[in-house]
Amino acid sequence: MKTSTRNRLIALGAVLVAGGALSFIALGNLGKNLVYYWTPSEMLAKGDRAYGATIRLGGMVQRGSLRWDPEHTRLSFRVAEGTQPDAPSVLVSSTEVPPQMFREGIGVVVEGTYDRSGVFTSHRLMVNHSNEYRPPKPGDKQHEDWKKTVSEAENPTARKP
Amino acid sequence: MTSTLGYGAVLGALFCAAFGALVGLGTGASRREWGLPWARRAAVGFFAFMVLANAIMVYALLTHDFSVHYVAQVGSRATPTVYTVVSLWSALEGSILFWGVILGTYLLAFALSQKKEHARYLPFALGTMLAVGVFFAFLIAGPANPFGRVSPAPPDGPGPNPLLQNHILMVIHPPMLYLGYVGMTIPFGIAVAALLRGELGEAWTTTLRRWTLIPWTFLSVGIILGSWWAYAVLGWGGYWAWDPVENASFLPWLTATAFIHSTMVHERRKVLKLWTISLVLGTFLLTILGTFMTRSGVFNSVHSFTQSDIGPTFLAFIGILLVFCITLLATRGQLLSPEGAIRSPLSRETAILVNNLLFVGITFTVLLGTLFPLITEAVRGVRVSVGEPYFNKMAVPGGVAVLFLMGVGPMLPWGSANPRVVREQLLIPAAAAALTIGLCVAFGLRGVMPLLTFGLAAFVTAITLRELLLPAKVRILEHKEGPWTALVRSASKSRRRFGGYVVHLGVVFIFVAIAASSSFVTHTSATLGLGKSIKIGDYSLKFVGLKEGAEPHRRWKAANVEMTTEGGGAQLLAPRMNFFERSTDPIGTPAVRSTPTGDLYVSLLAFGEDGGSATFNLWIFPMVGWIWWSMPILVLGALIAAWPSRRPSAVLSLSSRGAGPVSKVNRGAA
Repeated sequence: MKTSTRNRLIALGAVLVAGGALSFIALGNLGKNLVYYWTPSEMLAKGDRAYGATIRLGGMVQRGSLRWDPEHTRLSFRVAEGTQPDAPSVLVSSTEVPPQMFREGIGVVVEGTYDRSGVFTSHRLMVNHSNEYRPPKPGDKQHEDWKKTVSEAENPTARKP
Repeated sequence: MTSTLGYGAVLGALFCAAFGALVGLGTGASRREWGLPWARRAAVGFFAFMVLANAIMVYALLTHDFSVHYVAQVGSRATPTVYTVVSLWSALEGSILFWGVILGTYLLAFALSQKKEHARYLPFALGTMLAVGVFFAFLIAGPANPFGRVSPAPPDGPGPNPLLQNHILMVIHPPMLYLGYVGMTIPFGIAVAALLRGELGEAWTTTLRRWTLIPWTFLSVGIILGSWWAYAVLGWGGYWAWDPVENASFLPWLTATAFIHSTMVHERRKVLKLWTISLVLGTFLLTILGTFMTRSGVFNSVHSFTQSDIGPTFLAFIGILLVFCITLLATRGQLLSPEGAIRSPLSRETAILVNNLLFVGITFTVLLGTLFPLITEAVRGVRVSVGEPYFNKMAVPGGVAVLFLMGVGPMLPWGSANPRVVREQLLIPAAAAALTIGLCVAFGLRGVMPLLTFGLAAFVTAITLRELLLPAKVRILEHKEGPWTALVRSASKSRRRFGGYVVHLGVVFIFVAIAASSSFVTHTSATLGLGKSIKIGDYSLKFVGLKEGAEPHRRWKAANVEMTTEGGGAQLLAPRMNFFERSTDPIGTPAVRSTPTGDLYVSLLAFGEDGGSATFNLWIFPMVGWIWWSMPILVLGALIAAWPSRRPSAVLSLSSRGAGPVSKVNRGAA
């Protein structure tokens, strides 16, 4: 075997090993930092697997569930699957100040974790920032808005063109 | 009428591109000479038709001709004129049209600037670039046609997306980014021509390098402006979130930067030819992939395919490109065999090789994290996103290693280094690094990564300044020149090297700013009653009331905040919330007080309707402004490096072969 061929094989081997190691580390890291995108019923159906994972929970702020304590900046509300009063819902607690347009009945996505006490602790709250900027028409279905929120909130800052 | 004219211009561009691509590639393959003038003419024609199509669209926007589909989609009589013109790139169809005119401009500039000496490559190069033009002209003519007719024409339109008419940066950021993205078509054409010819001569390499440096500079500026826009408009208190849209611009920048370095090894040592060419092809592929990711709506949901017509076209194009590039590399690659070798591990070429592996490694991990959600949704139907920690954990160590190499590389000579000399040269930079870290610790700063970054920044700065100034010092001593004359003359002797080091200094600024602003950030949020104050860092903020106002296209509400510093300075800040007529959501404008040591960032989150209270998000970002202020340094360096040489390069290489200390100083001169 010529020296140059041998050197090339060594280089190739080194690159393969380095690439393999990098892939291994990257994939391991990736697995630890996944954010799951679930609706309340999907999350509840996961059972134990939902605890501790980083989750983006998308739904509507249930009417009559909003509590806001400005003294301690503590916000709590229920995120429901839809507008029906008996829809599956999850209690969310957040220390974040709600943004101006946050209100009951609005589409919302909260990022955080769910624990065994049944409370979803959120550190990031995103309301329906729709990219559709037509004037709202009477009779607009809120469910449509909610679906839009769900798809957009997958990447909340991706509003660059 | 306008629609028909505009569409006609697009078809004209499509025809020119198709004709030029066929003639260029065809006569290139059969080695006939008559094709080149025709390919040139086709490039000029493509440019002219694209300018015409864009001019017609701008005219339609300005005259509020709502019978044109795109105008009906983004136009509005209430929008200020400047944002009306900008609407050209504020939605999908218009931005692809704008893309076309930039491609046309690049093609024109390239076709007219290339002389006879490259006649054997040029038909291939122009043909390839025009083939890319065919794709974009086809997109504009078909799936993303902005000139469709709306009948009956509506009386008014919704106006562009409020986010895009909220800040003046939106006027310059997209063109810069497009100039970077689209410009990568030119090096792609040059590289493909080299592969098709099966040779890569020195002059053609210089062409390749220069035509990569131009879009690279625009891309760098575009990325920084984009992060500045996110910081100044979105109001979430950051400038980079590893969002797919951001990654899309960052990925080709990484490979293009790797190319700019590897081409030096290629020119000096006649190795890494195939690698260098692959980086160019990869950069172009990543720009097309990035355009697909940002334009097709795939990142809101994979299912957006059904709504956006350009997704499948783009995927087909990416597929064709991939097959084309791989086939080309596999069948023609061996023609670009290395003629030299890297002899010593302790040399600049080895440092650059490691730098290249790092850049490609970072590209791979960022690409993996960006595409992973698409893959899982397509394969398993599971909707996930990859969190920021993944990207930070992968990219931060890589970035720190790159910073280290930015110091080591310029310090090592080409060929092989004398270990004793290296040790001597290492002394001052290492002392600077240790001193910096020591000072940081003394001032109470903690954290491994930020302190390591600051230390390495001092290390790199010391080495870079020495490399920049040493040639001037030699001139002062030997030729008795004044300091300024010596600096200018030494710089113009080896502009590429000098410019490159200036860029390095700018990059050091960015590294320091990122490390400081992300590691030592202070954040709080608070609801303040009228006349109440809050302290954050050295600042005291008092809420003194709301005020309202109206502009033609929006109303706004601002919270007046009196800011006082411990030093006694006072200033009135007014973070606002803007309400656009056609939008249901308010869009914030944070108030930023920028100083060289750090920014105070106040964003209005909510307010009581009676004006009695307001809620704020507050941040102090140390040194963050240096990220954007580094732009002039980067541009200056790139200009110095890319400026066309007045003297033939043969003279330059002779002069660098001088004796004694001059030859040592001139190592690395281009």
